[in-house]
Amino acid sequence: MTDMRYLAPQTLDEAVGAYAAAAGAARILAGGTDLLVQMRSGMVKPGLVVDIKKIPEMTTVEQTADGGFKVGAAVSGAVLAEHPTFGKVWPGVLEGFNLIGSTQVQGRASMGGNLCNGSPAADSVPALVAAGAVVTVQGPDGRRELKVEDVPAGPGKTNLKPGEIVVSFTLPPRPKGSGDAYLRMIPRTEMDIAVVGVGVSLTLENGVCTAARVGLGAVAPTVLLVEDAAKALIGSKLDDAALDAAAAACSAACRPIDDKRGTIAYRTKVAGVLLKRTAAIAAERAKGN
Amino acid sequence: MAKIHVTTTINGDPTEFLCDPAESMLDALRGPLGLTGAKEGCGTGDCGACSITVDGRLVCSCLMLAAEAEGHEIATIEGMAQGEKLHPLQQKFLELAALQCGICTPGVLVAAKSLLERNPDPSETEVRYWLAGNLCRCTGYDKIVRAVMETAAEMREAAR
Amino acid sequence: MNDQSNKWIGKRTIRPDGVDKVTGRACYAADNSMPGMIWAKVLRSPHPHAKIRSINTAKAEALPGVKAVATAKDFVEFPIDTAVPLGIQDMRWMARNMLAHERVLFHGHPVAAVAATTAEIAAEACKLIEVDYEVLPWAVEIDDAIAPDATPLFDHIQFEGKPSNIAGKLEHKKGDIDAGFAEADVIIERSFTTRPVHQGYIEPHACTVSVAADGSTTIWSSSQGQFMVRAMTAYLTGIPQSDIRAIPAEIGGGFGGKTIVYLEPVATILSRKSGRPVKMVMSREEVMRATGPTSGAKMTVRIGAKKDGTLVAGHGIFYLQAGCFPGSPIRGAAGCSFTPYAIPNVLSTGYDVVCNRSKVAAYRAPGAPIGAYGVECVLDEVAQAIGMDPLEMRLKNIAHDGTKAVHGPVFQSIGFAQTIEAALKSEHYKTKLTGKFQGRGVANGWWFNAGGESSAQVNITEDGNVVVTTGHPDIGGSRASIANITAELLGIDYDRVSVLIGDTATIGFSNLTGGSRVLFASAMVVTESTEKVIEQLKQRAAKIWGIDASAVVWENGEARPSGEHTGNFPTMTLAELGAKANETGGPIGAGSQQNTTGAECGFATHICDVEVDVDLGTVTILRYTCVQDVGKAIHPAYVEGQMQGGVAQGIGWALNEEYIYDKQGRVDNPSFLDYRMPVCSDLPMLDTIMVEIPNPKHPQGVRGVGEAPLVPGPAAVCNAVSNALGIRFHDLPLSPPRIVAAIDANMKQAAE
Repeated sequence: MTDMRYLAPQTLDEAVGAYAAAAGAARILAGGTDLLVQMRSGMVKPGLVVDIKKIPEMTTVEQTADGGFKVGAAVSGAVLAEHPTFGKVWPGVLEGFNLIGSTQVQGRASMGGNLCNGSPAADSVPALVAAGAVVTVQGPDGRRELKVEDVPAGPGKTNLKPGEIVVSFTLPPRPKGSGDAYLRMIPRTEMDIAVVGVGVSLTLENGVCTAARVGLGAVAPTVLLVEDAAKALIGSKLDDAALDAAAAACSAACRPIDDKRGTIAYRTKVAGVLLKRTAAIAAERAKGN
Repeated sequence: MAKIHVTTTINGDPTEFLCDPAESMLDALRGPLGLTGAKEGCGTGDCGACSITVDGRLVCSCLMLAAEAEGHEIATIEGMAQGEKLHPLQQKFLELAALQCGICTPGVLVAAKSLLERNPDPSETEVRYWLAGNLCRCTGYDKIVRAVMETAAEMREAAR
Repeated sequence: MNDQSNKWIGKRTIRPDGVDKVTGRACYAADNSMPGMIWAKVLRSPHPHAKIRSINTAKAEALPGVKAVATAKDFVEFPIDTAVPLGIQDMRWMARNMLAHERVLFHGHPVAAVAATTAEIAAEACKLIEVDYEVLPWAVEIDDAIAPDATPLFDHIQFEGKPSNIAGKLEHKKGDIDAGFAEADVIIERSFTTRPVHQGYIEPHACTVSVAADGSTTIWSSSQGQFMVRAMTAYLTGIPQSDIRAIPAEIGGGFGGKTIVYLEPVATILSRKSGRPVKMVMSREEVMRATGPTSGAKMTVRIGAKKDGTLVAGHGIFYLQAGCFPGSPIRGAAGCSFTPYAIPNVLSTGYDVVCNRSKVAAYRAPGAPIGAYGVECVLDEVAQAIGMDPLEMRLKNIAHDGTKAVHGPVFQSIGFAQTIEAALKSEHYKTKLTGKFQGRGVANGWWFNAGGESSAQVNITEDGNVVVTTGHPDIGGSRASIANITAELLGIDYDRVSVLIGDTATIGFSNLTGGSRVLFASAMVVTESTEKVIEQLKQRAAKIWGIDASAVVWENGEARPSGEHTGNFPTMTLAELGAKANETGGPIGAGSQQNTTGAECGFATHICDVEVDVDLGTVTILRYTCVQDVGKAIHPAYVEGQMQGGVAQGIGWALNEEYIYDKQGRVDNPSFLDYRMPVCSDLPMLDTIMVEIPNPKHPQGVRGVGEAPLVPGPAAVCNAVSNALGIRFHDLPLSPPRIVAAIDANMKQAAE
């Protein structure tokens, strides 16, 4: 018999209230694909689990008035994939999200969980960073917004204040001629944690790149927004020289570790390789839009 | 801490059970509910042997708290056959010898059924990627994939 | 029995246990519950090597809900310096493997076990056990274990006169390798390493044990041998074998890893002490930390050949990691790798190295894939150096009937050449690869195959059907093959045959499920039993007809009068005779118990096509064909299944599977997340070509098929990657960082 309590509130205020009142002893349960693993290993022993899946704002996907999207933090990858338009506008964000784990895991895993678990290798985060996603957070002191790249603080840590829960992800409206993509390197074809993950979002006008953002994952304590890589792409026609420069910027931005999934040298090299491939896919998609 | 009383539907049957707040759905199925078809191969969502569906959505029952079953419809391998009538997938797995030790088979069947409900005409690649979360160590997956695709073809034919 | 007339042998019948397995009804060990059952958990060593100064279990025993605690003190004592053989194991090592005695020898080594009313309480109680450790130096890798300054794990294990971690040596010698190499035009010598890999069964070990107050013990467990379970439990607990009933549950994979026990004797002690049935189930993490994977290895292989492709000499030195107790499969590495070839001069030496890691357990042709990796990669280079097709060169040197094998016996009725020829003629081999960074690799693999003890009982029911009881857990579909054979022999419909696996109380002694022997051995005893039953049936018909039994013939499921009585009486079916059993003399049934002999070896040739992403180092298997001499394929689908399963394991071994240790000597990847076995999307369809050379020593021509499919795999994949990149690899697995590093080094070298 554990001392754990389980709560499934119907409103966000109730959730924040209970979560904050537990003063650090509580965990948020969306898909549970990280939380239950950590509970089982003893890494985490929450006194309270707050199941947020009954809260409408956290489980819905809306298209905003300006043409952007608001995705509830507890929405699963499988549900988001079934949305009629999201995947057409943000195929990279969707594919990153739906590379987490297996089909079974994608039936549960959420963007909020993937972000707040704080793994540097989280698959949904690089493309969200590249997309310029903004996270809405609610806490005891009210609601605020953060850029998605500002949320992770290090492996297993976030910059959220005590009692704050991620409520939704807002993706901006997409200019014409835009495309995004996410690629990761894993040793098998599925089921592995990303050794390197790259998300690229860009806009092309008459073949020239007018906007770009690059998110790089699994090569530093947090997902990186690689501004130098974006600068190398912006203003170019995505020719070999520009791609090489952007790739080099990604390799230079890496601060990876040697671990059971990859070496420093390998990750650094692959960051560059994947940047080129990801940018190429994003560009193809941009041309089609 | 007191146990939680859960009211749910399992394989179409209204069901109530008591669970510890920290208990997984897999533990509840295999324990108080006596439904041992879902297996624990890893307990961490890496093998798929515990696969079930929740409101028709394929998930790992080891990654779900039993308490979350409240108000939802759970489907397990035990609900796949209708009395003596096997689901076409189950029948095809037997005919094509798509199992050896059989421990992964319930999870694979639940996953494959879920695939065919969404995509009645999957390519070999689509089948393989859909089932990537179901580990099998005995078969090398060859006969499993053939069985799923042949069943899909037969089910499409029967639907015409 | 000729093929044309076979009604069931060779047919893809539906396995008798199949419906239960596709509906979730089949009962595996962890599915079982007994009334009054309590749960047990294991306390494991936090150190890779330490002396146990004391264990204090008082606080654990005092925790409410705890019913019993067990430590090594509760086992029968086996002094460390006296061998106690049981089959191929030594019980003094088994005892210490299950519960640490004087020392803990690996991180995760069981130290104590607690049984309590809930699993949570048992786990809590484990934390209350106080163990006083004196930490000792440790070594996991072979080089560290055999270094001159390495601490010998056991004082009484000596090599070349001094205490050593080399616990054993095995040597096979044929001819004179120095003379042989002197004749060679080409000599290739290479050194290789492989990492420990786990059998990877999806079902963790589990058991439920109930000991009654009079000592009668029932064990329900996941195992590859209920008689082994009974025996090991008897040895360790002192309970006589006749008081132990070991029941094999359906088994969720074993591949050799369940040919020993980890839990059952411990659960027996706990049940005896508590008076309650005790259930023990391993977590995946426990499986990965504390059950035997197979050895990691380092080896050097040297092969000499003449310009025309004749192999003249082979020399192999194989070091295999045993883990913390002696017993690595050097027999497989040294004894199988050169064996299928008619090389006149061979010296093959294996060294068994102990180290601070869980004790090795058998893994599908133990040791053979390791030895084959080295030999088949060097053979590939030899073929390349001579400019000969790699399969042609192997064919040129392959053993034939009458060749004396390097380990002694003379080959008879083998199909090695036919297997290689089938590979050469295959559509796969004839198809050229056209893409960039694509490559093809081939390899052969050989395995002994075993016979051994088996028992069976065949009984006719009153309604004229058949119940067959055999003695070996069914790990891959053997019940279906037994049903095929029985139906064929009796001439009745397959559906009328029921096949059950007996337990130690209900069937005679039967040796392990392993060694590619289940169908071989059980078919022999089932055949003998069925033939006795047929004699009985003929006698019953003769009695009814009032004629001599020698004038009765059994054909197509019926007794028919023959000779001078032909046509005098209507035939009698099995159903009719079954119904009259009691009035014609009593129950109709027969049993057989044999130590079966005549098992013939297994041999396979693999062809693997790969494509390498040279920037990421990932390898895609494009196409794979396993060609194998399978004897008579009683149930082709399950033979194909054995081949395909072995192929998948070989691919995993070659590309991504490995045990990773951290700096504290602990397994760093004890989960399926980071112990990377092939997933469905990693593999293409796996083609099989069955070459059926019936084994003349077996009534149905059966040749074991289960293990040979793994043996060539790692080498075939490695040769393919080498062919794709023009770079040789000598260390497994071929993980992406390794491939990229090799490509970069090669390019650097080319540039210089």
